[in-house]
Amino acid sequence: MDYKDLNLIGSSSPHIRTKDGAGHIMGEVMIAMVLPLAFAVYNFGPRALATAAVSVAGCCFFEWLYRAMLHKNNTLSDFSAAVTGILIAFVCPVTIPYWILLVGDFFAIVVVKQLFGGVGKNFLNPALAARAFMLCWAGEMTTWVGPRSSVPVMGVIDAATYPTPMSLLHENNLSGLQQIYDLPKMFVGLIGGSMGEVSAMLLILGGLFLIWRKVITWYIPVTYIGTVAVLTFLFPRGNDPVQWMLYNLLGGGLMLGAFFMATDYVTSPVSHLGQAIYGVGCGLITVFIRYFGSYNEGVCYAILIMNLTVWIIDKNIKPRRFGVVKEKKAENAKKEAAKK
Amino acid sequence: MAQAFFGGIHPNDQKATTNKKPIETLPPPKHVVIPMSLHIGAPCTPCVAVGDPVTVGQKVGDATAFVSAPVHASISGTVVAVEKRIHFSGVPVMSVVIENDFNDTPCPDIAPVKDPDSLTPEQISALVKEAGIVGMGGATFPTHVKISSGLGKVDTVIVNASECEPYITSDHRILLEHPEEVLGGVRLLARIFGVDRVHIAIESNKNNAAEMLKVKIDEEKAPAVVDVLQTRYPQGAEKQLCQSITSRQVPPGALPAAIGCAVFNIVTTMAIYNAIYHGKPVTHRVVTVSGSGVNEPKNLLCPIGTPISNLLDACGGVKKSTFKILMGGPMMGHSQFDMSAPIGKGTNAILAFCEKEERTVEHPACIRCGKCISVCPMHLQPVFMYQYQQAGMLPALEDAHVLDCIECGACTYICPGRLHLVQAFRAGKQLINNAKAAAKAAAEAKAAEEKKKEA
Repeated sequence: MDYKDLNLIGSSSPHIRTKDGAGHIMGEVMIAMVLPLAFAVYNFGPRALATAAVSVAGCCFFEWLYRAMLHKNNTLSDFSAAVTGILIAFVCPVTIPYWILLVGDFFAIVVVKQLFGGVGKNFLNPALAARAFMLCWAGEMTTWVGPRSSVPVMGVIDAATYPTPMSLLHENNLSGLQQIYDLPKMFVGLIGGSMGEVSAMLLILGGLFLIWRKVITWYIPVTYIGTVAVLTFLFPRGNDPVQWMLYNLLGGGLMLGAFFMATDYVTSPVSHLGQAIYGVGCGLITVFIRYFGSYNEGVCYAILIMNLTVWIIDKNIKPRRFGVVKEKKAENAKKEAAKK
Repeated sequence: MAQAFFGGIHPNDQKATTNKKPIETLPPPKHVVIPMSLHIGAPCTPCVAVGDPVTVGQKVGDATAFVSAPVHASISGTVVAVEKRIHFSGVPVMSVVIENDFNDTPCPDIAPVKDPDSLTPEQISALVKEAGIVGMGGATFPTHVKISSGLGKVDTVIVNASECEPYITSDHRILLEHPEEVLGGVRLLARIFGVDRVHIAIESNKNNAAEMLKVKIDEEKAPAVVDVLQTRYPQGAEKQLCQSITSRQVPPGALPAAIGCAVFNIVTTMAIYNAIYHGKPVTHRVVTVSGSGVNEPKNLLCPIGTPISNLLDACGGVKKSTFKILMGGPMMGHSQFDMSAPIGKGTNAILAFCEKEERTVEHPACIRCGKCISVCPMHLQPVFMYQYQQAGMLPALEDAHVLDCIECGACTYICPGRLHLVQAFRAGKQLINNAKAAAKAAAEAKAAEEKKKEA
């Protein structure tokens, strides 16, 4: 056989790669978000689905537009814009006007992500930065409907603001909260709040799926949720620390933040120890804002603030060099050898 | 299971294609090309001329330097050329080309050593050099150097049969078909280093070989113990293997002898046995020919110096859509562009790919997932090293210990952003070493100039 006709590639090793590319990973994140999204539709009505669809479309459009205008390669196939789209919808109330949503999409994709170099280069979580920006429309962003409402896709929304667990917790009104929502309701998610944050149960399920698929590690969610649990248990407001702790864990965006936002690769530390430090930091700031802030939810700002510390964590947490033993350890080993 | 190293990857091992196929002998090639450089170290000088008749096992290239190993004729016939020929490293190398007379006349000098059991380690080491034995797992470091530099320092001898690269089954088949020769080599190694037992390291995907070897060791009371290791790449890398067996780590820039370990590939072990007990130099080796592009994958026993095309022909040729032909494994092998390049002493496989093995993309992009860090068996942070390399920050790159990188390719394999990580580190290491060499040369020149002035 003549081998000269073959079109051979000459390149440096390795010559095989895993099939799990970036698009694959983002696809798994989307799978993990299917159930929480389905629950949002069940809890808030068809508008939840429309909001998610508009947000995904908006993010993908802005990503495509920016890159096309600057003659850069199309990056839609890595699905990161789509994931950002779903996450932005998740952190908004279902009643959010579509145009505000699109402003948020623009801010997340163009300002936070693309202006800093695109995927992997942004230093803030795009979805949370968008939410922080969208709070310019504070009224629209804090208009809540109750559980099991059916908000129509279009039309005037009867915006009777309904109390959320977070607003009641912020008033230290645990007993009032217990009267409206019992713990099972809190866990399943039959409560008011942002579209994607209500069902702690399904978010935990999605998070466990991501850990099982090795998309994320357990370090950030466990340290984050653990820190909030410990602090709220140690410093309860009211006389039932366990109840106070559980309502704090299940209410608000903690589960969504811990499993889906704080674990964002681009804006979290790369080392496991760094991730643990980062998780604890997120927990501390979340509780700090919830306790002392005039805004009742701290997850979004806690994660954004910790995003800003990632570089310093990464710069200082280095793995131990292979083959180099710490001096103390080496001395101990020497002593042991001498004894023998 | 022995204590393991950090990181590593679990690629599909693809070994089922050939691990049940007995070793076949390659039909004799019309000619072989014996390069003067089949090892790490100084190249040999040809010691035959055009027109000379040669026999199997006759020395055709002499090694004068210490870190070097002689090369031998692998077929009998006539020397038809002594010239530069394409080498598997991609550059032309001085080679002896032999035309086959198809008689396989053995070299009359080849005779078993008299009284092999009374040889001293130094004598064995000298015979090992004469036989041209080098690390046959692929690294091709001269074995006599490893022996003589390890004497007196080594307390753990490891025979590496882990064969952690996907596709390759040559070591596995040798273990199954030639256990006596392997154990003979193991006995010699135990004697050379004065150890009670030699560790034979096998990955758990070769359990049948491990079980068979355990029985043989019991039967023959061989000074060996079989360590079954987790199937994980790069289990067979020297530093990782030492760590798996002894939980000691080789310090940066040092050799395994620094922590009392010496690692020999199983084919090398067998070659030592054949050299000492039968006087045979390294002339043949087993090569796995596999991969999606090969029509009939096989394990072939080939004369060293056989052109790659002969091996592929013996396996029914390759598919038209083949886009890559490799010498060695898919993780660390070299891609080949000229099929007339010969196989070497460290060639354990020839692979041809025609499917989606590569998965490179036009625009690689880091998503900072950190998977490269979690797979790096050398505790490095490829994600940052890549940024330093791309930005040309050589001091930062060196501070990140890029010179510790063993180029196993685990980070590149796992990278979801499809970055060319190891490739970048190779380039970075080269630049750092060049800068170091330039600085050294400049310092020397300056010192010489000052000396001149003083004089």
